[in-house]
Amino acid sequence: MNAVETFTTPDGRTIGGPVMEMRNITLRFGGVVAIKDISFDIREGEIRAIIGPNGAGKSSMLNVINGFYHPQEGEVFDHGKKRAPMRPYQIAHQGIARTFQNIALFKGMSTLDNIMTGRLTHMKSGILSHILWKGKAENEEVVNREKVERIIDFLEIQTIRKTPVGRLPYGLQKRVELGRALAAEPKLLLLDEPMAGMNVEEKEDMSRFILDVNDEFGTTIALIEHDMGVVMDIADRVVVMDYGKKIGDGTPDEVRSNQDVIDAYLGVAHD
Amino acid sequence: MTTVAALDSALDSFPKLLVRNATKFGNRPAYREKEFGIWQSWTWAEAREEVEALALGFLDLGMKQGDHVAIAGRNRPYFYWAMLAAQYVGAVPVPVYQDAVAEEMAYVLDHCSAKYAVVEDQEQVDKILDVQDDLPNLKQVLYVDRRGMRKYDHTTLHAYDSVQEAGRVKRDEFQPELDRRYAAATPDDTCVMLYTSGTTGRPKGVVMSSYNMLKTAKNSAEFDKLSERDSILAYLPMAWVGDFIFSMAQACWTGFTVNCPESAETMQHDLREIGPTYFFAPPRFFEGLLTSVMIRMEDAGKIKRRMFHKYLEHAKRVGPDLLDGKPVSFGDKLKYQIGKYLVYGPLLNTLGLSKMRVGYTAGEAIGPEIFEFYRSLGINLKQLYGQTEACVYITQQPDGEVRADTVGVPSPDVEVRISDNGEVFYRSPGVFQSYYKNPESTADTKDSEGWVATGDAGFFEKDSGHLRIIDRAKDVGKMADGSMFAPKYVENKLKFFPNILEAVVFGAGRDECTAFINIDLTAVGNWAERNNIAYASYQELAGHPQVLDTIQKHLEEVNASVAQDEMLFGCQVHRFLVLHKELDADDGELTRTRKVRRKIIEEKFDVLLTGLYDGSDSVFVETEVTYEDGRKGSISATLAIRNAAVQARKILEAA
Repeated sequence: MNAVETFTTPDGRTIGGPVMEMRNITLRFGGVVAIKDISFDIREGEIRAIIGPNGAGKSSMLNVINGFYHPQEGEVFDHGKKRAPMRPYQIAHQGIARTFQNIALFKGMSTLDNIMTGRLTHMKSGILSHILWKGKAENEEVVNREKVERIIDFLEIQTIRKTPVGRLPYGLQKRVELGRALAAEPKLLLLDEPMAGMNVEEKEDMSRFILDVNDEFGTTIALIEHDMGVVMDIADRVVVMDYGKKIGDGTPDEVRSNQDVIDAYLGVAHD
Repeated sequence: MTTVAALDSALDSFPKLLVRNATKFGNRPAYREKEFGIWQSWTWAEAREEVEALALGFLDLGMKQGDHVAIAGRNRPYFYWAMLAAQYVGAVPVPVYQDAVAEEMAYVLDHCSAKYAVVEDQEQVDKILDVQDDLPNLKQVLYVDRRGMRKYDHTTLHAYDSVQEAGRVKRDEFQPELDRRYAAATPDDTCVMLYTSGTTGRPKGVVMSSYNMLKTAKNSAEFDKLSERDSILAYLPMAWVGDFIFSMAQACWTGFTVNCPESAETMQHDLREIGPTYFFAPPRFFEGLLTSVMIRMEDAGKIKRRMFHKYLEHAKRVGPDLLDGKPVSFGDKLKYQIGKYLVYGPLLNTLGLSKMRVGYTAGEAIGPEIFEFYRSLGINLKQLYGQTEACVYITQQPDGEVRADTVGVPSPDVEVRISDNGEVFYRSPGVFQSYYKNPESTADTKDSEGWVATGDAGFFEKDSGHLRIIDRAKDVGKMADGSMFAPKYVENKLKFFPNILEAVVFGAGRDECTAFINIDLTAVGNWAERNNIAYASYQELAGHPQVLDTIQKHLEEVNASVAQDEMLFGCQVHRFLVLHKELDADDGELTRTRKVRRKIIEEKFDVLLTGLYDGSDSVFVETEVTYEDGRKGSISATLAIRNAAVQARKILEAA
């Protein structure tokens, strides 16, 4: 492991050392190789984008990071220490939260309750205490509710506080899902296509929220996104994947001028 | 004006009232704001501390007496405190519309040479930074919400609470100066400058003295017996005179509670939670509320629906009499009580009006059915007539003398006279000092004896002594044959239909009248849904033949009613079209207070107007629209033009 180096982005944020490091990850589903020998790192405080055409293995990569998939080869290093295979809920306790490509909210529950579930990892009181609703459980609820209300305020979704999320338009559901992930107060936030299916205005809103999360809470963010314009605007560094392989890695400008990336996106005859 | 008593010298400035309230009602809530899901509240004593800390901070920033301080934000306690703090140090608060685009805001800030601005958040700061080069006088900008502000250059930018903190730290240094300025305030000092929304031309800065505002507050508070136990919801734009008189002048005078909603969108919900005792809303609000109740009742179960209609019928019959204290039979009273328990009570509770003791509406004519609906439910909804230049109050309806078609009797200490050509003039303690940097306009509006021209045509009813307003004096025109043309009169009749959001009638100097109609998307959309009519856009729904049929029917009803009046016979609408876009303030078609800008619409939709008068049955139009972020786009459509049946004169004579 190298000595921790920090650098400053053009807009004045300080990027620290790696918080998460993938080393030679290979993931197979039977005979299908989803990810092939990929290495890259995510540094503290940065916005790291993973891009690539459909089926490039982006979501699988995110699933490896949050412990849903276990790679056949390679290792994941958490703050320089090798991470033992863990279940997703254990990883959640390590301060990693995520959103999903296909919204995974509790449709019948209100926005408030959905975001409250994100506080689960911070609740310590037992079932009995909750049934009796005395002392610890009650205090905990008040503390957590305040944290959730601050997130609601942050994401500007006060109007839909009590609305069942199933009734909300898609763009707002995505915002609620971001809220739930934020409620866990993650150190690392994984966003799987946060802007898929949104119109320009919704994308602008979401981009602002992502930048604000990074800025206000200092949260490290790794995101998958198809919209190149958005990625180039908000990401500090970009990993490009194609057919399970890494074909580019660097700042948006570097990636933009990378011939392999251009080929993958514009299409060339494959040998 | 010399006949009107002066104010008590202990209560003749806003800061003095704040101190009085902090002493007398120290533990009563002064301000509440819903934030983080609960109502945060400040007592008068706490409010005084906040205001004084900010005032000391202002002194630390070098604020001088007479400096203008622009205030831009939605209704929040922080901005009311900022206005009080500015008055404390002898500066003049200038609230501006926070949703104005950058150029509009720049015009106002430049015109009043504001040296300071207190704004809400990053959005407002960005807007000011955009036009900063045109504002050489602007020295310091304060913002309330810190979010996203960390990376900005903070040499002239300050967080609101850090200015307060600096004030608290340097209290010893600045307190003597603050005390000196507090004592130096006179009733003739300017207490606020309000920019009129400007139906025509550039906005004008209306200069108001403390005496203007506080005397008006005193009179109106006594008129409606307002006290420190009342509460209001502050949700109307802070730049509007009404919000200043209700949330600042009357609140400080009586010590009642000002409640600020969580956001503009949650207003209705917050209204329900607070249940204000004193409430003002434009007719538009009451119309919208009624429309939504009716729509929701359509979707209710059979039993509920029948109960609703049955008891509403009864309320319509006896409710207004009960409210006015007129004799009502015991059986009817009993039935009304049952209705109150079963229908009216729960309904009012849902609407957030159950605690309402005094309610006002003004600004535009309100439909008689709408007015009666609320009054029959036992809400003391009244009308007033006023304008910025008068600190709102010119006439208002006393309890027990409330009607839909008048605007009441002159308010206390207000004199009203009607000129020969029908224009309404008034003179009162609330009459403004002058238009800022505009002596010509001041002279045009206010004569040497203090009479102010309202620009409205109206008359006093002989037997009741109530004032009736017909229209803007300059909007009342003549048609080609010389008969009277009062577009607003017809438009208001049209707008009483829930399906019609806005109407613009043309006809000055022409042979016949025509109209542009805007449909109400809520009402028409709901109707479409219930009748299985599919539509992809506002434009498509607006052009649907069945929608046009409905609108045509409405127009013909209005024509029949207009034809009843011999003077207005010519105002019947012969041809109309339904616009493909909603008229919007961002496109300049409405003022920020949502009044129609006739001339601009006439110029902008010139093509459509030509189509209405050349006999064609459809017309193609391309219109530029401005999105909320200021970008522009364009939409085009082919609109159908229809003829509406009009009443013929000879039938009327025969009848």
